Amino acid sequence: MRPLKTLKKLYDEESHIIITEKGSPPRVLFSGEDFLLEDLPLGTRVICARPPLEGVPNVKAAIRWAINHPEGMEPLHALLRPGMKVTVALDDISLPLPPMRTPDVRQTVLEIVLELLADSGVDDVHLIIANALHRRMTEAEMKRMVGQKIWDAFYPDRYYNHDAEDPDGMVELERTSHGEVVALNRRASESDLLIYVNINLVPMDGGHKSVGTGLTNYESLRAHHNPKTIRESESYMEPKRSALHRSTERIGRVIDQHLKVFHIETVLNNRMFGDQVEFLGKQEEDFTELDRMKLQAMRAALQRMPRAMKRKIFHAIPGAYSVIGVHAGSTEPTHDKTLELSWRQYSVPVDGQSDIVIFGVPYISPYNVNSILNPLLLQVMGCGYLFNLNRGVPLVKKGGVIILCHPAYDEFDPEHHPSYIEFFNRLLPETRDAMVLEHKYEREFATNPSYVHLYRKGNAYHGAHPFYMWYWGENGRQWAGKIIVAGAENNHVPELLGWERTDTLSEAIEEARGFMGRSATISLVKIPPILQTDVKV
Amino acid sequence: MGECACTLDLRLSPLTSWYKPPAPMLSKAAFYDVDGTLVRTNIVHTYAYYAMNRGSLSGIAGRTIGTIASLPLFGALDAVNRKVFNEFFYRYYSGLSEDRLVTLAEDLFEDVLKPAIFPKAQDLIDEAKKAGCRIVLVTGALDFTIRPLARHLGADDLIANKMQFNGGFATGKVIPPIIEGANKAHAIREYCVKHQLALDKSHAYSDSASDYAMLAIVGRPTAVNPDLRLRSLARAYNWPVLDLR
Repeated sequence: MRPLKTLKKLYDEESHIIITEKGSPPRVLFSGEDFLLEDLPLGTRVICARPPLEGVPNVKAAIRWAINHPEGMEPLHALLRPGMKVTVALDDISLPLPPMRTPDVRQTVLEIVLELLADSGVDDVHLIIANALHRRMTEAEMKRMVGQKIWDAFYPDRYYNHDAEDPDGMVELERTSHGEVVALNRRASESDLLIYVNINLVPMDGGHKSVGTGLTNYESLRAHHNPKTIRESESYMEPKRSALHRSTERIGRVIDQHLKVFHIETVLNNRMFGDQVEFLGKQEEDFTELDRMKLQAMRAALQRMPRAMKRKIFHAIPGAYSVIGVHAGSTEPTHDKTLELSWRQYSVPVDGQSDIVIFGVPYISPYNVNSILNPLLLQVMGCGYLFNLNRGVPLVKKGGVIILCHPAYDEFDPEHHPSYIEFFNRLLPETRDAMVLEHKYEREFATNPSYVHLYRKGNAYHGAHPFYMWYWGENGRQWAGKIIVAGAENNHVPELLGWERTDTLSEAIEEARGFMGRSATISLVKIPPILQTDVKV
Repeated sequence: MGECACTLDLRLSPLTSWYKPPAPMLSKAAFYDVDGTLVRTNIVHTYAYYAMNRGSLSGIAGRTIGTIASLPLFGALDAVNRKVFNEFFYRYYSGLSEDRLVTLAEDLFEDVLKPAIFPKAQDLIDEAKKAGCRIVLVTGALDFTIRPLARHLGADDLIANKMQFNGGFATGKVIPPIIEGANKAHAIREYCVKHQLALDKSHAYSDSASDYAMLAIVGRPTAVNPDLRLRSLARAYNWPVLDLR
């Protein structure tokens, strides 16, 4: 793999904004499991990610330093007593995207923490995956995340997925000052110490959201995973301007009053592509002849493959992330440090909004690792994540056009997303109004015994989860004047989502210009790698 | 006192006269097929147990040999027509005393049915109860053979076939209509009407495509441990598929 220094030479700090000129190379965009190679109109602003920050030279040393010099708490070793009960909670497979090369940073943290616990005479240790209402991780995924040694020592009795529907497995603490239910995994709440091992990919993650969301149940999540809270959240990526984060903070503070929580937060750089696909993280201007050949070869091969095979191949390519920082200690001061570092990697300053914003939507989202990016997840990627990847105001102007490049195929994974299928086919034809959907159907889905069973015993997302996906897209839907999906292979998926479709990106741009005017400004956000625009108006 | 007056004012206020309380919501039920869905046995296992406990050595030998000899016929009939299979099969009960059948049912449950309950079956029923569903087992088996199982699983009701008795002995005929296929659907519909249950909010669970009618009639059908035909139907209609094994 190319050394980071060499890769960094290709960029200077200000080169992440490119204005398309005559002779500019065509841009590579993800469109599901395929790549588009598109010439954009002159004057189009191409916003690229910052180059990856240098990883810490010694990850283990950085972890040790963090747990020995924590923020707002005593060092971890000073909190340990022989015979105490400790629970270690871990972020689930939704982070990072795609899953990182082994050893996963969670494994590295665990190896250090578990050794420390053992040396301190702490034997009653459980490892719980904080999957909230996400699907349970499979055995293979769990093993990959922690490595063979920890797997052998802890699975299955002391290493397992959180079960939000276990009638004996949850406890309810006192409510917040706003009446929000605070429910927590029983094992975690009855522990003398809860250690939370986090991976921070974007500023939305971590902090109070870790425990208060990851180890809770439907009743508690309802407090903030609802359309009203989402509408009141100006930016999901700025905790201070997010009603969702204010709610999770209130919940988190109640948890912190009842339970000693020691956070270990890790921040990764944005190096999602390594080895043979490393060129995907570069700007097209910097492509070598070899990069161009690789791209053409990949596109030719992908065109001939069935989609399931392409999906399999993409999901098998791990991210080449490096750890750029580790912070530990109490919730808020630790997370403040994490956010600061996260912004340094992901924030890209941009002058002004655009009338039209283009996103290539890749094959993966937080909710379909090793699965299909179904229409609801396409919706959450477009209107939820990509639209919201900003600080300050959205990149697209109010009433502007969002163009998403994706085939919008009508495919669902019945093992991971059974309730999504019913939501999409039964509810969306009736209404797209998030408020109506919440009041009329959310509880019915959440308590559907088949969905509860599939969540608890299979590998399915909870029955309430498709609703969260729809709410997540609420701000994008409310903000954009029009959403066009370019390259959609059918009419009915865009129609059910309330979008328009075109065969090609050029047609989508033409249609968007027809809507916004010929002089409309256009931006292309080149994601992945992940970036967040910092828009100055 | 002030509080009472306030409440009264609100009730009488013309501003709230437009408000109509929502119509009472009908309750819902979860209907479960039994054989292959909740337990891994079927009605032949049940009968075999009775045959093995005939009482006299000659009786045991006769009925057991007869049952074994008829297995290929049972298989063929079941594959062709479940209704014909049931009618044919229940003739084998002819001559058995009612007392003995009922008494042996408890042993049958302990020895045969209880060990054969799928590990996750109880969880599924508990989850339906938690969701406010009335639990009803719907089976082509004879009612007295399933009653202990229904009690064990916490079912509220049982829809099953009833054997005709004459002078305390089974005639080998089942009181019509035989609970199978489309008749299961009829029985479920009648049950919902009788108990004020909303069919479109109710759930049904089965392992076999022969229960298609029962699954299609409710609003929330689910295939459980499905056979190939039911699995493809479930995929086609986007029904959830569970594995309780």
